[in-house]
Amino acid sequence: MIEIRNLTRKFDQVVAVNDLSFEVREGEVLGFLGPNGAGKSTTMKVITGFLAPSAGSVTIDGFDIGSKPLEAKALIGYLPEGAPCYGDMTTLQFLRFIARIRGFRGEEAERRIAGVMGDVALESVAHQTIETLSKGFKRRVGLAQAILHDPKVLILDEPTDGLDPNQKNHVRELIRNLAKDKIVVVSTHILEEVTAVCTRAIIIDEGRIVADGTPAELEARSRYHHAVEVRLAGELDLANELEGVAEIAGVEQDRLDQASFTILSAGKPIFARISELAQQRQWPVEEFHVRRGQLEDVFRTVTEDAGTREAA
Amino acid sequence: MQKLSLNNLGIIFRRELMGYFATPLAYVFIVIFLITNGIFTFELGGFYARGQADLLPFFGFHPWLYLFMVPAIAMALWADERKTGTIELLLTLPVRLADAVLGKFLAAWALTGIALLLTFPIWITANYLGDPDNGVIVASYIGSWFMAGAYLAIGSCMSACTRNPVIAFILTVSICFLFVIMGSPILLNAFPDWTPQAIVDAFAALGFLTHFDSISKGVLDIRDVLYFSVFIAAWLLASAIVIEIKKAN
Repeated sequence: MIEIRNLTRKFDQVVAVNDLSFEVREGEVLGFLGPNGAGKSTTMKVITGFLAPSAGSVTIDGFDIGSKPLEAKALIGYLPEGAPCYGDMTTLQFLRFIARIRGFRGEEAERRIAGVMGDVALESVAHQTIETLSKGFKRRVGLAQAILHDPKVLILDEPTDGLDPNQKNHVRELIRNLAKDKIVVVSTHILEEVTAVCTRAIIIDEGRIVADGTPAELEARSRYHHAVEVRLAGELDLANELEGVAEIAGVEQDRLDQASFTILSAGKPIFARISELAQQRQWPVEEFHVRRGQLEDVFRTVTEDAGTREAA
Repeated sequence: MQKLSLNNLGIIFRRELMGYFATPLAYVFIVIFLITNGIFTFELGGFYARGQADLLPFFGFHPWLYLFMVPAIAMALWADERKTGTIELLLTLPVRLADAVLGKFLAAWALTGIALLLTFPIWITANYLGDPDNGVIVASYIGSWFMAGAYLAIGSCMSACTRNPVIAFILTVSICFLFVIMGSPILLNAFPDWTPQAIVDAFAALGFLTHFDSISKGVLDIRDVLYFSVFIAAWLLASAIVIEIKKAN
Protein backbone atom coordinates (compact mmCIF):
# COMPACT_ATOMS: atom_id res chain seq x y z
CA MET A 1 0.00 0.00 0.00
CA ILE A 2 1.15 3.53 -0.75
CA GLU A 3 0.23 6.06 1.88
CA ILE A 4 0.68 9.73 1.16
CA ARG A 5 0.10 12.00 4.12
CA ASN A 6 -0.15 15.78 3.88
CA LEU A 7 2.50 15.88 1.20
CA THR A 8 3.75 19.33 0.30
CA ARG A 9 6.58 20.15 -2.08
CA LYS A 10 7.79 23.67 -2.73
CA PHE A 11 10.29 24.95 -5.25
CA ASP A 12 11.57 28.21 -3.84
CA GLN A 13 8.31 30.16 -3.50
CA VAL A 14 6.22 28.00 -5.82
CA VAL A 15 4.05 25.34 -4.19
CA ALA A 16 3.96 22.42 -6.64
CA VAL A 17 2.18 19.95 -4.38
CA ASN A 18 -0.05 21.28 -1.67
CA ASP A 19 -1.01 19.14 1.34
CA LEU A 20 -1.84 16.06 -0.73
CA SER A 21 -3.17 12.95 1.05
CA PHE A 22 -4.32 9.68 -0.47
CA GLU A 23 -3.78 5.93 -0.34
CA VAL A 24 -3.43 3.38 -3.09
CA ARG A 25 -4.08 -0.30 -2.39
CA GLU A 26 -3.05 -3.55 -4.04
CA GLY A 27 -4.93 -4.23 -7.22
CA GLU A 28 -5.67 -0.60 -7.91
CA VAL A 29 -4.60 1.09 -11.11
CA LEU A 30 -4.65 4.75 -10.28
CA GLY A 31 -4.84 7.26 -13.09
CA PHE A 32 -3.19 10.48 -12.09
CA LEU A 33 -4.65 13.37 -14.05
CA GLY A 34 -4.26 17.08 -14.16
CA PRO A 35 -3.38 19.98 -16.43
CA ASN A 36 0.27 20.64 -17.22
CA GLY A 37 2.04 21.96 -14.16
CA ALA A 38 -0.59 20.62 -11.78
CA GLY A 39 2.01 18.71 -9.77
CA LYS A 40 1.65 15.20 -11.23
CA SER A 41 5.31 14.63 -12.01
CA THR A 42 6.45 16.29 -8.80
CA THR A 43 4.21 13.99 -6.77
CA MET A 44 5.63 10.97 -8.58
CA LYS A 45 9.18 12.18 -8.01
CA VAL A 46 8.50 12.43 -4.30
CA ILE A 47 6.79 9.02 -4.12
CA THR A 48 9.78 7.39 -5.83
CA GLY A 49 12.25 9.10 -3.54
CA PHE A 50 13.91 11.29 -6.14
CA LEU A 51 12.80 14.50 -4.45
CA ALA A 52 12.42 14.95 -0.72
CA PRO A 53 9.08 16.34 0.43
CA SER A 54 9.01 19.82 1.94
CA ALA A 55 6.44 18.51 4.42
CA GLY A 56 4.41 15.34 4.95
CA SER A 57 5.36 11.73 4.32
CA VAL A 58 5.20 8.90 1.81
CA THR A 59 5.31 5.27 2.88
CA ILE A 60 5.56 2.28 0.56
CA ASP A 61 4.33 -0.91 2.23
CA GLY A 62 5.25 0.57 5.59
CA PHE A 63 8.70 1.80 4.52
CA ASP A 64 9.03 5.56 4.77
CA ILE A 65 10.70 6.83 1.59
CA GLY A 66 12.66 9.38 3.65
CA SER A 67 14.01 7.19 6.43
CA LYS A 68 14.08 3.78 4.66
CA PRO A 69 14.80 4.78 1.08
CA LEU A 70 16.57 1.62 -0.09
CA GLU A 71 13.86 -0.73 1.17
CA ALA A 72 11.12 1.44 -0.31
CA LYS A 73 12.90 1.92 -3.64
CA ALA A 74 13.45 -1.84 -3.93
CA LEU A 75 9.65 -2.25 -4.05
CA ILE A 76 9.14 0.37 -6.74
CA GLY A 77 9.47 0.20 -10.50
CA TYR A 78 9.57 3.68 -11.96
CA LEU A 79 9.36 5.05 -15.47
CA PRO A 80 10.39 8.70 -15.20
CA GLU A 81 8.94 11.32 -17.54
CA GLY A 82 10.54 10.98 -20.97
CA ALA A 83 11.86 7.50 -20.16
CA PRO A 84 15.54 8.41 -19.66
CA CYS A 85 18.04 5.57 -20.29
CA TYR A 86 21.82 5.45 -20.70
CA GLY A 87 22.15 6.10 -24.44
CA ASP A 88 25.66 4.73 -24.81
CA MET A 89 24.61 1.23 -23.74
CA THR A 90 22.84 -1.40 -25.80
CA THR A 91 19.39 -2.49 -24.67
CA LEU A 92 20.82 -5.72 -23.31
CA GLN A 93 23.73 -4.06 -21.49
CA PHE A 94 21.35 -1.54 -19.95
CA LEU A 95 18.91 -4.19 -18.73
CA ARG A 96 21.82 -6.24 -17.33
CA PHE A 97 22.97 -3.17 -15.42
CA ILE A 98 19.47 -2.68 -13.99
CA ALA A 99 19.21 -6.40 -13.15
CA ARG A 100 22.51 -6.29 -11.24
CA ILE A 101 21.49 -3.17 -9.32
CA ARG A 102 18.22 -4.88 -8.48
CA GLY A 103 20.22 -7.76 -7.02
CA PHE A 104 19.78 -10.44 -9.70
CA ARG A 105 22.70 -12.57 -10.82
CA GLY A 106 23.47 -15.17 -13.44
CA GLU A 107 20.67 -17.31 -14.75
CA GLU A 108 17.93 -15.54 -12.86
CA ALA A 109 19.03 -12.18 -14.26
CA GLU A 110 19.12 -13.53 -17.82
CA ARG A 111 15.72 -15.17 -17.40
CA ARG A 112 14.15 -11.93 -16.18
CA ILE A 113 15.79 -9.88 -18.92
CA ALA A 114 14.54 -12.31 -21.57
CA GLY A 115 11.10 -12.15 -19.94
CA VAL A 116 10.71 -8.38 -20.02
CA MET A 117 12.25 -8.10 -23.48
CA GLY A 118 9.51 -10.44 -24.62
CA ASP A 119 6.82 -8.51 -22.72
CA VAL A 120 7.60 -5.23 -24.44
CA ALA A 121 8.94 -6.70 -27.70
CA LEU A 122 12.56 -5.55 -27.54
CA GLU A 123 14.28 -8.67 -28.92
CA SER A 124 14.93 -7.05 -32.30
CA VAL A 125 16.95 -4.20 -30.75
CA ALA A 126 18.78 -6.15 -28.03
CA HIS A 127 22.21 -5.28 -29.41
CA GLN A 128 21.49 -1.76 -30.58
CA THR A 129 22.69 1.21 -28.54
CA ILE A 130 19.75 2.97 -26.94
CA GLU A 131 20.55 6.39 -28.41
CA THR A 132 19.97 4.98 -31.91
CA LEU A 133 16.49 3.68 -31.08
CA SER A 134 13.19 5.26 -32.08
CA LYS A 135 11.09 7.04 -29.49
CA GLY A 136 8.73 4.07 -29.18
CA PHE A 137 11.54 1.62 -28.55
CA LYS A 138 13.20 3.95 -26.03
CA ARG A 139 9.97 4.16 -24.07
CA ARG A 140 9.71 0.38 -24.10
CA VAL A 141 13.27 0.06 -22.80
CA GLY A 142 12.22 2.41 -20.00
CA LEU A 143 9.20 0.24 -19.29
CA ALA A 144 11.31 -2.92 -19.36
CA GLN A 145 13.67 -1.59 -16.68
CA ALA A 146 10.69 -0.57 -14.54
CA ILE A 147 9.07 -4.03 -14.55
CA LEU A 148 12.24 -6.15 -14.56
CA HIS A 149 12.14 -6.94 -10.83
CA ASP A 150 8.38 -7.59 -10.87
CA PRO A 151 7.85 -4.66 -8.53
CA LYS A 152 5.00 -4.43 -6.11
CA VAL A 153 4.53 -0.76 -6.91
CA LEU A 154 4.71 0.53 -10.44
CA ILE A 155 4.89 4.26 -11.05
CA LEU A 156 4.63 5.29 -14.68
CA ASP A 157 4.93 8.91 -15.74
CA GLU A 158 3.18 9.22 -19.10
CA PRO A 159 3.98 5.70 -20.28
CA THR A 160 2.30 5.98 -23.67
CA ASP A 161 3.52 9.46 -24.60
CA GLY A 162 5.00 9.40 -28.09
CA LEU A 163 3.81 5.92 -29.00
CA ASP A 164 1.71 5.11 -32.04
CA PRO A 165 -1.85 3.82 -31.50
CA ASN A 166 -0.83 0.14 -31.75
CA GLN A 167 1.99 0.56 -29.27
CA LYS A 168 -0.31 2.50 -26.95
CA ASN A 169 -2.75 -0.36 -27.01
CA HIS A 170 0.03 -2.81 -26.32
CA VAL A 171 1.31 -0.86 -23.33
CA ARG A 172 -2.20 -0.51 -21.91
CA GLU A 173 -2.70 -4.22 -22.19
CA LEU A 174 0.63 -4.77 -20.46
CA ILE A 175 -0.41 -2.49 -17.61
CA ARG A 176 -3.74 -4.29 -17.26
CA ASN A 177 -1.96 -7.66 -17.10
CA LEU A 178 0.60 -6.43 -14.60
CA ALA A 179 -1.95 -4.84 -12.38
CA LYS A 180 -3.48 -7.90 -10.75
CA ASP A 181 -1.73 -7.96 -7.39
CA LYS A 182 0.14 -4.72 -7.72
CA ILE A 183 -0.24 -1.05 -7.18
CA VAL A 184 0.00 0.91 -10.37
CA VAL A 185 0.05 4.69 -10.60
CA VAL A 186 -0.11 6.08 -14.13
CA SER A 187 0.05 9.75 -14.94
CA THR A 188 -1.38 10.76 -18.25
CA HIS A 189 -3.10 13.56 -20.02
CA ILE A 190 -4.87 11.15 -22.37
CA LEU A 191 -8.25 10.73 -20.76
CA GLU A 192 -9.37 7.73 -22.80
CA GLU A 193 -6.41 5.91 -21.25
CA VAL A 194 -7.95 6.30 -17.82
CA THR A 195 -11.19 4.71 -18.92
CA ALA A 196 -9.20 1.98 -20.67
CA VAL A 197 -6.86 0.87 -17.87
CA CYS A 198 -7.59 2.56 -14.56
CA THR A 199 -9.78 1.38 -11.71
CA ARG A 200 -9.55 4.76 -10.06
CA ALA A 201 -8.71 8.28 -11.10
CA ILE A 202 -7.47 11.28 -9.19
CA ILE A 203 -7.54 14.69 -10.79
CA ILE A 204 -5.18 17.20 -9.26
CA ASP A 205 -4.93 20.87 -9.94
CA GLU A 206 -2.48 23.35 -8.45
CA GLY A 207 -1.14 20.61 -6.23
CA ARG A 208 -4.50 19.65 -4.71
CA ILE A 209 -6.92 16.80 -5.33
CA VAL A 210 -10.02 18.13 -7.07
CA ALA A 211 -11.66 14.79 -7.90
CA ASP A 212 -11.16 11.18 -6.77
CA GLY A 213 -13.21 8.15 -7.78
CA THR A 214 -13.64 5.33 -10.27
CA PRO A 215 -13.74 6.48 -13.89
CA ALA A 216 -17.49 5.68 -13.93
CA GLU A 217 -18.09 7.76 -10.81
CA LEU A 218 -16.22 10.67 -12.27
CA GLU A 219 -18.09 10.39 -15.54
CA ALA A 220 -21.34 10.52 -13.58
CA ARG A 221 -20.30 13.93 -12.34
CA SER A 222 -20.38 15.25 -15.85
CA ARG A 223 -23.28 17.55 -16.69
CA TYR A 224 -23.68 15.44 -19.81
CA HIS A 225 -24.22 12.24 -17.84
CA HIS A 226 -27.41 10.54 -19.15
CA ALA A 227 -27.85 13.37 -21.64
CA VAL A 228 -29.61 12.60 -24.91
CA GLU A 229 -28.48 13.92 -28.23
CA VAL A 230 -31.07 14.62 -30.85
CA ARG A 231 -30.62 15.66 -34.46
CA LEU A 232 -33.70 16.96 -36.17
CA ALA A 233 -34.60 16.83 -39.83
CA GLY A 234 -36.85 19.89 -39.69
CA GLU A 235 -37.57 23.09 -37.77
CA LEU A 236 -38.69 22.67 -34.18
CA ASP A 237 -38.25 24.70 -31.01
CA LEU A 238 -37.07 21.89 -28.83
CA ALA A 239 -36.55 24.07 -25.75
CA ASN A 240 -40.15 25.17 -25.93
CA GLU A 241 -41.35 21.57 -26.46
CA LEU A 242 -39.55 20.38 -23.36
CA GLU A 243 -40.64 23.28 -21.17
CA GLY A 244 -41.90 21.97 -17.84
CA VAL A 245 -40.69 18.36 -18.18
CA ALA A 246 -39.41 17.63 -14.69
CA GLU A 247 -36.63 15.16 -15.54
CA ILE A 248 -34.87 17.61 -17.81
CA ALA A 249 -32.30 20.13 -16.69
CA GLY A 250 -31.97 22.03 -19.92
CA VAL A 251 -31.47 21.98 -23.68
CA GLU A 252 -28.31 23.02 -25.51
CA GLN A 253 -28.14 23.73 -29.19
CA ASP A 254 -24.96 22.80 -31.00
CA ARG A 255 -23.09 25.90 -32.10
CA LEU A 256 -21.92 24.47 -35.40
CA ASP A 257 -24.77 22.16 -36.29
CA GLN A 258 -27.97 24.11 -35.64
CA ALA A 259 -30.13 20.99 -36.00
CA SER A 260 -28.37 19.13 -33.17
CA PHE A 261 -29.46 19.43 -29.59
CA THR A 262 -28.25 18.00 -26.32
CA ILE A 263 -30.94 17.43 -23.72
CA LEU A 264 -29.43 17.46 -20.23
CA SER A 265 -30.73 15.15 -17.55
CA ALA A 266 -31.60 16.34 -14.07
CA GLY A 267 -29.91 13.21 -12.70
CA LYS A 268 -31.79 10.12 -13.90
CA PRO A 269 -31.77 8.34 -17.27
CA ILE A 270 -34.11 10.24 -19.59
CA PHE A 271 -33.82 8.27 -22.81
CA ALA A 272 -37.17 6.50 -22.44
CA ARG A 273 -39.00 9.68 -21.51
CA ILE A 274 -37.61 11.65 -24.46
CA SER A 275 -38.30 8.77 -26.82
CA GLU A 276 -41.90 8.70 -25.64
CA LEU A 277 -42.31 12.47 -26.12
CA ALA A 278 -40.76 12.34 -29.55
CA GLN A 279 -43.27 9.71 -30.65
CA GLN A 280 -46.27 11.40 -29.09
CA ARG A 281 -45.50 14.80 -30.59
CA GLN A 282 -44.07 13.43 -33.83
CA TRP A 283 -40.75 15.31 -33.78
CA PRO A 284 -38.87 15.08 -37.07
CA VAL A 285 -36.02 13.07 -35.47
CA GLU A 286 -33.11 12.04 -37.64
CA GLU A 287 -30.66 10.83 -35.00
CA PHE A 288 -31.27 9.98 -31.41
CA HIS A 289 -28.80 8.56 -28.88
CA VAL A 290 -27.70 8.64 -25.28
CA ARG A 291 -24.55 10.49 -24.53
CA ARG A 292 -22.33 9.13 -21.78
CA GLY A 293 -20.68 11.46 -19.34
CA GLN A 294 -17.19 12.18 -20.59
CA LEU A 295 -14.19 12.33 -18.32
CA GLU A 296 -13.10 15.26 -20.41
CA ASP A 297 -16.11 17.31 -19.31
CA VAL A 298 -15.41 16.57 -15.68
CA PHE A 299 -11.74 17.29 -16.14
CA ARG A 300 -12.57 20.67 -17.65
CA THR A 301 -15.11 21.51 -14.97
CA VAL A 302 -12.89 20.71 -12.00
CA THR A 303 -9.77 22.33 -13.41
CA GLU A 304 -11.56 25.26 -15.02
CA ASP A 305 -10.79 27.80 -12.29
CA ALA A 306 -7.09 27.49 -12.86
CA GLY A 307 -7.57 27.87 -16.60
CA THR A 308 -9.53 31.11 -16.37
CA ARG A 309 -7.06 32.48 -13.87
CA GLU A 310 -4.21 31.69 -16.20
CA ALA A 311 -6.00 33.34 -19.11
CA ALA A 312 -6.69 36.50 -17.11
CA MET B 1 11.44 -10.41 -2.57
CA GLN B 2 14.76 -9.32 -3.97
CA LYS B 3 17.86 -8.97 -1.85
CA LEU B 4 19.39 -5.57 -1.36
CA SER B 5 22.59 -5.49 -3.31
CA LEU B 6 25.67 -4.67 -1.27
CA ASN B 7 28.02 -4.09 -4.18
CA ASN B 8 26.17 -1.35 -5.99
CA LEU B 9 29.36 0.67 -5.89
CA GLY B 10 31.09 -1.95 -8.02
CA ILE B 11 28.17 -2.20 -10.44
CA ILE B 12 28.09 1.56 -11.00
CA PHE B 13 31.88 1.63 -11.31
CA ARG B 14 31.76 -1.03 -14.03
CA ARG B 15 28.96 0.66 -15.92
CA GLU B 16 30.76 3.98 -15.93
CA LEU B 17 34.09 2.53 -16.98
CA MET B 18 32.39 0.52 -19.73
CA GLY B 19 30.70 3.77 -20.79
CA TYR B 20 34.06 5.45 -21.35
CA PHE B 21 35.21 2.65 -23.62
CA ALA B 22 31.86 2.35 -25.41
CA THR B 23 32.53 5.70 -27.06
CA PRO B 24 35.79 6.98 -28.57
CA LEU B 25 36.17 9.25 -25.54
CA ALA B 26 38.48 6.97 -23.57
CA TYR B 27 40.69 6.17 -26.55
CA VAL B 28 40.96 9.79 -27.64
CA PHE B 29 41.78 10.78 -24.09
CA ILE B 30 44.48 8.16 -23.72
CA VAL B 31 46.08 8.93 -27.10
CA ILE B 32 46.17 12.68 -26.47
CA PHE B 33 47.46 12.07 -22.96
CA LEU B 34 50.32 9.91 -24.24
CA ILE B 35 51.26 12.24 -27.09
CA THR B 36 51.29 15.34 -24.88
CA ASN B 37 53.29 13.48 -22.27
CA GLY B 38 55.82 12.53 -24.92
CA ILE B 39 56.14 16.06 -26.21
CA PHE B 40 56.46 17.53 -22.73
CA THR B 41 59.00 14.99 -21.59
CA PHE B 42 61.25 14.65 -24.62
CA GLU B 43 60.96 18.04 -26.32
CA LEU B 44 60.17 20.62 -23.65
CA GLY B 45 61.55 18.74 -20.70
CA GLY B 46 64.92 18.03 -22.30
CA PHE B 47 64.81 14.40 -21.23
CA TYR B 48 67.94 13.51 -23.23
CA ALA B 49 69.81 16.79 -22.83
CA ARG B 50 69.70 16.52 -19.05
CA GLY B 51 71.77 13.39 -19.24
CA GLN B 52 70.15 12.02 -16.09
CA ALA B 53 68.28 8.75 -15.82
CA ASP B 54 65.18 9.92 -13.99
CA LEU B 55 61.60 10.88 -14.87
CA LEU B 56 61.63 14.32 -13.26
CA PRO B 57 60.76 16.16 -16.50
CA PHE B 58 57.95 13.66 -17.10
CA PHE B 59 56.27 14.11 -13.72
CA GLY B 60 57.07 17.83 -13.48
CA PHE B 61 54.64 18.62 -16.26
CA HIS B 62 51.75 16.60 -14.84
CA PRO B 63 50.13 19.39 -12.79
CA TRP B 64 49.83 21.46 -15.97
CA LEU B 65 48.86 18.58 -18.20
CA TYR B 66 46.11 17.47 -15.81
CA LEU B 67 44.79 21.01 -15.73
CA PHE B 68 43.18 20.46 -19.14
CA MET B 69 43.05 16.69 -19.52
CA VAL B 70 41.29 15.74 -16.29
CA PRO B 71 38.43 18.28 -16.45
CA ALA B 72 37.66 16.87 -19.91
CA ILE B 73 36.86 13.52 -18.31
CA ALA B 74 35.15 14.96 -15.27
CA MET B 75 32.89 17.42 -17.03
CA ALA B 76 30.29 14.84 -18.07
CA LEU B 77 30.20 12.95 -14.75
CA TRP B 78 26.98 14.50 -13.46
CA ALA B 79 26.15 17.17 -16.02
CA ASP B 80 25.23 14.48 -18.56
CA GLU B 81 23.07 12.63 -16.06
CA ARG B 82 21.13 15.81 -15.41
CA LYS B 83 20.91 16.73 -19.08
CA THR B 84 19.54 13.36 -20.20
CA GLY B 85 17.42 12.83 -17.09
CA THR B 86 19.12 9.55 -16.22
CA ILE B 87 19.92 11.02 -12.80
CA GLU B 88 16.26 10.45 -11.97
CA LEU B 89 16.56 6.84 -13.03
CA LEU B 90 19.81 6.29 -11.14
CA LEU B 91 18.69 7.89 -7.90
CA THR B 92 15.34 6.09 -7.80
CA LEU B 93 17.07 2.72 -8.05
CA PRO B 94 17.88 1.19 -4.67
CA VAL B 95 21.30 2.85 -4.68
CA ARG B 96 22.84 5.09 -2.06
CA LEU B 97 23.90 8.50 -3.34
CA ALA B 98 27.34 7.84 -1.84
CA ASP B 99 27.70 4.70 -3.98
CA ALA B 100 26.77 6.64 -7.10
CA VAL B 101 29.15 9.54 -6.39
CA LEU B 102 32.02 7.25 -5.44
CA GLY B 103 31.39 4.73 -8.23
CA LYS B 104 31.45 7.41 -10.90
CA PHE B 105 34.51 9.06 -9.41
CA LEU B 106 36.42 5.79 -9.16
CA ALA B 107 35.63 4.89 -12.77
CA ALA B 108 37.01 8.21 -13.99
CA TRP B 109 40.00 7.81 -11.67
CA ALA B 110 40.61 4.34 -13.05
CA LEU B 111 40.62 5.79 -16.57
CA THR B 112 43.33 8.30 -15.61
CA GLY B 113 45.17 5.42 -13.94
CA ILE B 114 45.06 3.40 -17.16
CA ALA B 115 46.32 6.38 -19.16
CA LEU B 116 49.11 6.88 -16.65
CA LEU B 117 50.13 3.21 -16.76
CA LEU B 118 50.31 3.35 -20.54
CA THR B 119 53.15 5.86 -20.27
CA PHE B 120 55.37 2.90 -19.33
CA PRO B 121 57.49 3.19 -22.51
CA ILE B 122 58.97 6.37 -21.04
CA TRP B 123 59.93 4.43 -17.95
CA ILE B 124 61.42 1.66 -20.10
CA THR B 125 63.38 4.27 -22.06
CA ALA B 126 64.89 5.61 -18.86
CA ASN B 127 65.85 2.11 -17.77
CA TYR B 128 67.31 1.34 -21.18
CA LEU B 129 69.43 4.49 -21.24
CA GLY B 130 70.57 4.45 -17.67
CA ASP B 131 69.98 3.16 -14.20
CA PRO B 132 67.18 5.18 -12.58
CA ASP B 133 65.89 4.66 -9.05
CA ASN B 134 62.75 2.66 -9.83
CA GLY B 135 61.44 3.06 -6.29
CA VAL B 136 61.35 6.80 -6.81
CA ILE B 137 59.53 6.34 -10.10
CA VAL B 138 56.85 4.09 -8.58
CA ALA B 139 56.33 6.59 -5.77
CA SER B 140 56.02 9.39 -8.32
CA TYR B 141 53.47 7.44 -10.32
CA ILE B 142 51.34 6.88 -7.23
CA GLY B 143 51.64 10.52 -6.25
CA SER B 144 50.73 11.69 -9.73
CA TRP B 145 47.68 9.42 -9.75
CA PHE B 146 46.53 10.84 -6.40
CA MET B 147 46.90 14.34 -7.73
CA ALA B 148 44.80 13.41 -10.78
CA GLY B 149 42.18 12.20 -8.29
CA ALA B 150 42.15 15.62 -6.66
CA TYR B 151 41.50 17.31 -10.04
CA LEU B 152 38.75 14.78 -10.73
CA ALA B 153 37.06 15.34 -7.39
CA ILE B 154 36.86 19.07 -8.13
CA GLY B 155 35.50 18.16 -11.56
CA SER B 156 32.87 15.89 -10.04
CA CYS B 157 31.58 18.72 -7.89
CA MET B 158 31.60 21.26 -10.72
CA SER B 159 29.84 18.79 -12.99
CA ALA B 160 27.13 18.42 -10.36
CA CYS B 161 26.62 22.19 -10.37
CA THR B 162 25.43 22.48 -13.97
CA ARG B 163 23.74 20.50 -16.70
CA ASN B 164 26.10 21.97 -19.27
CA PRO B 165 29.37 19.98 -19.56
CA VAL B 166 31.20 22.91 -21.18
CA ILE B 167 30.48 25.16 -18.22
CA ALA B 168 31.54 22.33 -15.93
CA PHE B 169 34.82 22.09 -17.86
CA ILE B 170 35.57 25.80 -17.57
CA LEU B 171 34.68 25.91 -13.87
CA THR B 172 36.85 22.89 -13.17
CA VAL B 173 39.86 24.29 -15.06
CA SER B 174 39.51 27.59 -13.19
CA ILE B 175 39.35 26.04 -9.73
CA CYS B 176 42.10 23.53 -10.47
CA PHE B 177 44.27 26.36 -11.75
CA LEU B 178 43.73 28.18 -8.49
CA PHE B 179 44.91 25.16 -6.50
CA VAL B 180 47.90 24.67 -8.79
CA ILE B 181 49.20 28.20 -8.47
CA MET B 182 48.46 28.37 -4.73
CA GLY B 183 51.65 26.53 -4.06
CA SER B 184 53.69 28.10 -6.80
CA PRO B 185 56.23 30.92 -6.32
CA ILE B 186 54.26 33.08 -8.78
CA LEU B 187 51.49 33.55 -6.25
CA LEU B 188 53.51 33.19 -3.05
CA ASN B 189 55.89 36.00 -4.08
CA ALA B 190 52.92 38.26 -4.64
CA PHE B 191 52.18 38.37 -0.89
CA PRO B 192 53.36 41.67 0.62
CA ASP B 193 56.38 41.41 2.92
CA TRP B 194 54.43 42.17 6.10
CA THR B 195 52.21 39.06 5.67
CA PRO B 196 52.93 36.66 8.54
CA GLN B 197 54.91 33.69 7.33
CA ALA B 198 52.35 31.33 8.88
CA ILE B 199 49.63 32.59 6.54
CA VAL B 200 51.85 32.28 3.48
CA ASP B 201 52.78 28.75 4.55
CA ALA B 202 49.17 27.76 5.19
CA PHE B 203 48.23 29.11 1.80
CA ALA B 204 51.06 27.25 0.13
CA ALA B 205 50.15 24.08 2.01
CA LEU B 206 46.76 24.02 0.31
CA GLY B 207 48.25 24.09 -3.18
CA PHE B 208 48.88 21.05 -5.32
CA LEU B 209 52.45 21.94 -6.22
CA THR B 210 53.67 22.02 -2.64
CA HIS B 211 52.61 18.41 -2.23
CA PHE B 212 53.46 17.22 -5.67
CA ASP B 213 56.98 18.67 -5.82
CA SER B 214 58.31 16.34 -3.19
CA ILE B 215 56.36 13.44 -4.68
CA SER B 216 57.81 14.01 -8.14
CA LYS B 217 61.27 13.92 -6.57
CA GLY B 218 60.41 10.51 -5.19
CA VAL B 219 59.55 11.40 -1.61
CA LEU B 220 56.17 9.76 -1.07
CA ASP B 221 55.40 11.37 2.27
CA ILE B 222 52.31 9.96 3.98
CA ARG B 223 51.24 13.56 4.69
CA ASP B 224 51.11 14.37 1.00
CA VAL B 225 49.06 11.28 0.25
CA LEU B 226 46.82 12.16 3.17
CA TYR B 227 46.45 15.70 1.82
CA PHE B 228 45.23 14.43 -1.54
CA SER B 229 42.97 11.81 0.08
CA VAL B 230 41.27 14.32 2.34
CA PHE B 231 41.05 16.75 -0.55
CA ILE B 232 39.30 14.12 -2.69
CA ALA B 233 36.94 13.11 0.12
CA ALA B 234 35.97 16.73 0.78
CA TRP B 235 35.17 17.51 -2.85
CA LEU B 236 33.21 14.27 -3.26
CA LEU B 237 31.20 15.13 -0.18
CA ALA B 238 30.56 18.54 -1.71
CA SER B 239 29.48 16.78 -4.92
CA ALA B 240 26.90 14.73 -3.03
CA ILE B 241 25.56 17.82 -1.29
CA VAL B 242 25.33 19.76 -4.56
CA ILE B 243 23.53 16.86 -6.26
CA GLU B 244 21.06 16.65 -3.40
CA ILE B 245 20.33 20.36 -3.59
CA LYS B 246 20.31 20.78 -7.36
CA LYS B 247 18.41 17.70 -8.46
CA ALA B 248 15.09 19.47 -8.10
CA ASN B 249 15.65 21.81 -11.04
